[in-house]
Amino acid sequence: MSIDTETAAKVAKLARIRVEEDALPALAQEFNTILGFIEQLNEVDVDGIEPMTSVTPMRLPRRVDEVNDGDQQAKVLSNAPDAREGFFAVPKVVE
Amino acid sequence: MTELNELTIAEARDRLRKGDVTSVELTDACLSAIEGAGALNAFVHNTPEIAREQAAAADARIAKGDAPAMCGIPLGIKDLFCTKGVPSQAASGILEGFTPEYESTVSQKLFDAGSVMLGKLNMDEFAMGSSNETSVYGNAVNPWRRGNDETALTPGGSSGGSAAAVAADLCLAATGTDTGGSIRQPAAFTGITGIKPTYGRCSRWGIVAFASSLDQAGPMTKSVRDAAIMLEAMCGHDPKDSTSADLAVPDFEAALTGDIRGKTIGIPREYRMDGMPEEIEALWQEGIAKMRDAGAKIVDISLPHTKYALPTYYVIAPAEASSNLARYDGVRYGHRAKLEAGDGITEMYEKTRAEGFGHEVQRRVMVGTYVLSAGFYDAYYNRARKVRALIKRDFEQVFADGVDAILTPATPSAAFGLGEMKNADPVQMYLNDVFTVTVNLAGLPGISVPGGMDRQGLPLGLQLIGKPWEEGELLNCAYALEQATGFVEKPGKWW
Repeated sequence: MSIDTETAAKVAKLARIRVEEDALPALAQEFNTILGFIEQLNEVDVDGIEPMTSVTPMRLPRRVDEVNDGDQQAKVLSNAPDAREGFFAVPKVVE
Repeated sequence: MTELNELTIAEARDRLRKGDVTSVELTDACLSAIEGAGALNAFVHNTPEIAREQAAAADARIAKGDAPAMCGIPLGIKDLFCTKGVPSQAASGILEGFTPEYESTVSQKLFDAGSVMLGKLNMDEFAMGSSNETSVYGNAVNPWRRGNDETALTPGGSSGGSAAAVAADLCLAATGTDTGGSIRQPAAFTGITGIKPTYGRCSRWGIVAFASSLDQAGPMTKSVRDAAIMLEAMCGHDPKDSTSADLAVPDFEAALTGDIRGKTIGIPREYRMDGMPEEIEALWQEGIAKMRDAGAKIVDISLPHTKYALPTYYVIAPAEASSNLARYDGVRYGHRAKLEAGDGITEMYEKTRAEGFGHEVQRRVMVGTYVLSAGFYDAYYNRARKVRALIKRDFEQVFADGVDAILTPATPSAAFGLGEMKNADPVQMYLNDVFTVTVNLAGLPGISVPGGMDRQGLPLGLQLIGKPWEEGELLNCAYALEQATGFVEKPGKWW
C-alpha cells in the first residue's frame, strides 16, 4: 500500500486541513511510514473476532429524555471568534 | 530541613491537621518555587490569586476539623483539563484565548475536596506526543540532567509539564492524563510516581478529548501513598460521562499494607524487546528480585499480541482523534484564520485548522481520516479493533490463571535530549510507548514507580499492571516495590 501525493491531497481535503502543494510529497512519505508500520496488523489472525466496541463490559446508560440544561446563550457564545446578535457568525454558506 | 514545597501530600496533610503549617504557607512556598523555575517551562498559566483564595478557604475548613485528605494541598493542573475562567488550551494554538465557562469533573472534585490550583501545566499539543516537544508553549524541560552535562532533556510526554513540576517540587502533586502512556512515561523519566486507573474510574467530562476510548486522568505524585490519596479524590461516578463506571471508590490508602506475600506477579516474556538497553533489563531483574524478596510468587507469562499493540494504537487513537478534533473549526471557540475576500466556509475551516494545529496533530488527524475513509475502514480501523480485542483477551487469560499484577519496565530508555529525535521518523518516537500502550488498549490500571538510576544519573521507572477495578491491590504492590527500592534521589537544582 503506497500513498501518492494525490491521495495525500484528498485526505487533507477530507480532514479540512489546508496543505500547500509543495508540502504534499513529504506528507505522503510520512503517511507511508506510518501505514507501513500499521501493515503489521495483517499478520494477525482475526477470524471470528468481534471488533471491540467497549473496553469495559458495560451497557451505555440511558437517561430520562427531558430538558436538564439550557438558557445559557451568553456563556455558549462567550468564546466565539465572531458572535453577532446572539448567533455564531460564519462566512456565507449558501449563495 | 524540608522546604514546604518539597513535602508529600501525606506529610502536608498530617501537618495541616496538626496545625503546624497552613495551606497559605504551603501555597506561597510553591508559588515562589514556580517563580524561580521559568527555565523548566512547566507552568504555562499561573493562577496565584485563585491559589491564595482557595488556600485561605482550605485553612478555614481545616480549622473546623472535618477536612478531607486533599484539603489545602497545592496542585498543578494539566492544560488538558477545562478550568472555569482560566485558559485551557490543550497546549494548542487552535484554542488560543479559550477560557471555559465550566469546570472539568476531576478538577471540580479536587476543588470540592479543598485542593488548591497553582496554575496550568505544559503538555504535548492535544496530548499527542512523548516528549512535550509538540506544545504551542515550547518544550517543558526535565529537572534531571546527565550528571554535569547541561544538555536539556525531555520530561517525557504528554504530561511533561506535570512531571517536571512534581519532580522539581513546584507543587505537591499534579493531574495528568494517559492515552498511551502519557502519565507513566513522563513519571518514569522524572523519578516520580504516576497511575492511570481503570478506564471509567475518572470522569472524562471537561477534559479535552484526544482518543475517547483510551483517555484516562490520573495523579502524578512524589510517592505511592500520595498517588492513592489523590486518585481517590479524582475518582467516582459521573452521569456526564457515559463511560464513567457506577462503582464505589474504595479507600485506596487503606490498601497500602506493603504485604504482598503470596501474590502472583507475572513477567511477560514479550516485553523483552530486541535491542533493549541492558540497563533496562537489569532494572527489570532487580524489580523482579525485590518482589520475590517481599514474598510474591514470580511467574513467567505470555501476552502474545504485545507486538501488535503499537500499530493497533496508531490506528485507533488517530481515528478517534480525527473525529474528536473535527470540532475545532473556527466557529465556536478558539482561533479563526483571517480570510481573503471571496473565501467561503470551507476555506475558513481549512485555513483555521492549518494555522491552529501543529504538525504532529495535523498528521494524526489525517492518518485518522485515512483509516476511517471509505474503502479502508475495514482494512485498518475494524482490523485494529479486532486486534485490540485480542490484546485485551491476552490479559484476561493471565489474570484468570491467577496472576495478581504484571511487572514490566515503564519505558525502553531513560529521558532523551530535547531535539534528539527531531530527525527520526514518527514511528521512532511512537516506540516510547511500547510498554505502556497495551494497558490503555485493554482498559487496565497501570502505575509507574521509580526503580533506580542509570549510569548517567537519570531515573528509570518500573510499571505494574493490575486487574480492572483493582487499583487498591495494584497500589499496594507498587507500595511494596517502592519500600524495597527506597528511591530518594532528587534532581540537583540548576534552574
